[in-house]
Amino acid sequence: MRSEKTESILPSGTYYFSGNEAVTEGAIAAGCGYYAGYPITPSSEIMERISIRFGELNRVFMQMEDELASICSVIGAVWAGAKAMTATSGPGFSLMQEGIGYAALTETPLVIVDIQRAGPGTGQATRVASGDLMQAKWGSHGDYQTIVLSPWSVQEMYDQTIDAFNLAEEYRVPVFLMGDEAVGHLRERMDVKPKVRIFNRTKRPGAPPFGTDQDDGIPPMPAFGEGEKLLVTGSTHNAMGIRKTDDPLVHSSLVTRINNKILNNREKITQSESYYTDDAEVIVVSYGFTARSVLFAVDQLRKEGKQVGLLRLKTIWPFADKVISNIGEMAEKIFVPEMNRGQIAGEILKYATCEVIPYCRTDGEIIHPNQIIKELRGLL
Amino acid sequence: MARDLDIYLRPDIKSTPFCPGCGHGILMNLVLRAIDELQLNMDEMLFVSGIGCAAWIPSPNFNTDTLHTLHGRAIAFATGAKMFNPKLKTVVISGDGDLTSIGGNHLIHAARRNTDITVICANNMIYGMTGGQAASTSPLGALTATTVEGNTFRPFDLCKLVLGAGASYVARYSVTQPLSLVKAIKKSLGIDGFTFIEALSPCPTQFGRRNRYDSPADMLKMLMKKCIPKEDAEYLTKEELKDRIVTGEFFDE
Repeated sequence: MRSEKTESILPSGTYYFSGNEAVTEGAIAAGCGYYAGYPITPSSEIMERISIRFGELNRVFMQMEDELASICSVIGAVWAGAKAMTATSGPGFSLMQEGIGYAALTETPLVIVDIQRAGPGTGQATRVASGDLMQAKWGSHGDYQTIVLSPWSVQEMYDQTIDAFNLAEEYRVPVFLMGDEAVGHLRERMDVKPKVRIFNRTKRPGAPPFGTDQDDGIPPMPAFGEGEKLLVTGSTHNAMGIRKTDDPLVHSSLVTRINNKILNNREKITQSESYYTDDAEVIVVSYGFTARSVLFAVDQLRKEGKQVGLLRLKTIWPFADKVISNIGEMAEKIFVPEMNRGQIAGEILKYATCEVIPYCRTDGEIIHPNQIIKELRGLL
Repeated sequence: MARDLDIYLRPDIKSTPFCPGCGHGILMNLVLRAIDELQLNMDEMLFVSGIGCAAWIPSPNFNTDTLHTLHGRAIAFATGAKMFNPKLKTVVISGDGDLTSIGGNHLIHAARRNTDITVICANNMIYGMTGGQAASTSPLGALTATTVEGNTFRPFDLCKLVLGAGASYVARYSVTQPLSLVKAIKKSLGIDGFTFIEALSPCPTQFGRRNRYDSPADMLKMLMKKCIPKEDAEYLTKEELKDRIVTGEFFDE
């Protein structure tokens, strides 16, 4: 993996963008050369802006016939040498799951942006939710790991899109940016810096593309057309890519490696930030758009001298288990407001020794700061 | 496989993975023969396949980049690779179930876009790898693992389907017509745009044994008897053509 600082294509300065527009510019800054997608609310603005911007920049945009084709053509483009992405929402994310498993097993770096809406099913196409987080971890069959980011602002929609590409390249893994309808359609100030740090995949001609002796477990990645005579398959394969579907050892070592290359690096990958947690009796663990309401609520209550704090998860998977375990020892209670039925609260319960109180809202509305203040007052 | 085509195979490949009497080994030979006659550089080619017996024709056998994908999605993967790197001469080789049933949507849309790839569909009229279930290409009345009293649904006419969707070149031949098939593959590889070859290939293991073609030779004889060149078919009535397979190149009328 090589990192370099490149000039930002978008002139540096301050912009007034929607979250979905910011994703587009983040992808461009990160060096995304191929985008394939299919229209779906509330993510479509990403593809619309990509279609224009990629035309200007001579990059490749394809509107595909469905989400199955979107994810598969992205994988094909990545093996042809591209950094590539797609964006979608719940129903499309569901359709992409088989392709995600293929990308995980073939260690294909790519980025999927899921602008979450209220499900299940067609649900509320124009309304907010964060119900796809467990799907982002477990959506495809079998055991695999992905990296999942959770932006809370337009700025982070931009920054984390760049992070998503960099992490995908660094770990050769699918990375998901789990936005939602609220942050996707939110319009606010965003800064673009003159330089962007980007990572590029490691190439080592002749080296096995699906195995490594290195401790990090991440093999180099060649592309089609480089004379490597690449064998890429979604079936169980050895280090050279040869199918070995009836070899128990090859399968177990492959599955173990693609899991461990993420899990063994989870402390490096996971990111979170704390507000007023040092002396907090109640710590709110939050992520994505909801964390904005929480920060407002916590600020208000601190003005009243209440000992409340916020731990904001910037990454969801791999899970910040050590951080959660630490705050579980510091606080008396952990409060977890979510726009789903307690998907992350359940995960926190695994690692926190203190009391964990979930709070769920699944009606297509955001969780208002007043609701959080009210609930926190009841807990203090 | 004729020995002179060895250079196109990975050095450690000793035999085909196919059942005795399968037509896919013949088709593998014919594809490589076309490449050899055109003197194409394999290093500039990409072979993409889906899931099923025919997907194993290029992967892992062909001595160049091969992408063995998900069931039905070979054309979508190929589209991404080709659109990002147009220098890759991209060929999809897969089966009828893979390309025309689970992957049918990608087939018609790639034809509509006229994406510059060649798709070679090995049509054995049945799901071979999964044990002989009815396919979108199984003839009316065919006995399969899921139509034990005979298939009640009509098969696709794949060439009409793909031509109707906008392909630049469409041809159908059986592996029992090897010279015509090589010629058609060569032609398709020389055309910029979406080209489609339907290669009828016998499956004695799954189709033959259920449909009274008791040996691989019987399957081959059946194909030879049923296939009729387009030019000869013009003189036959609809009734006379009922049980025949019309072969040749097909164009927009």
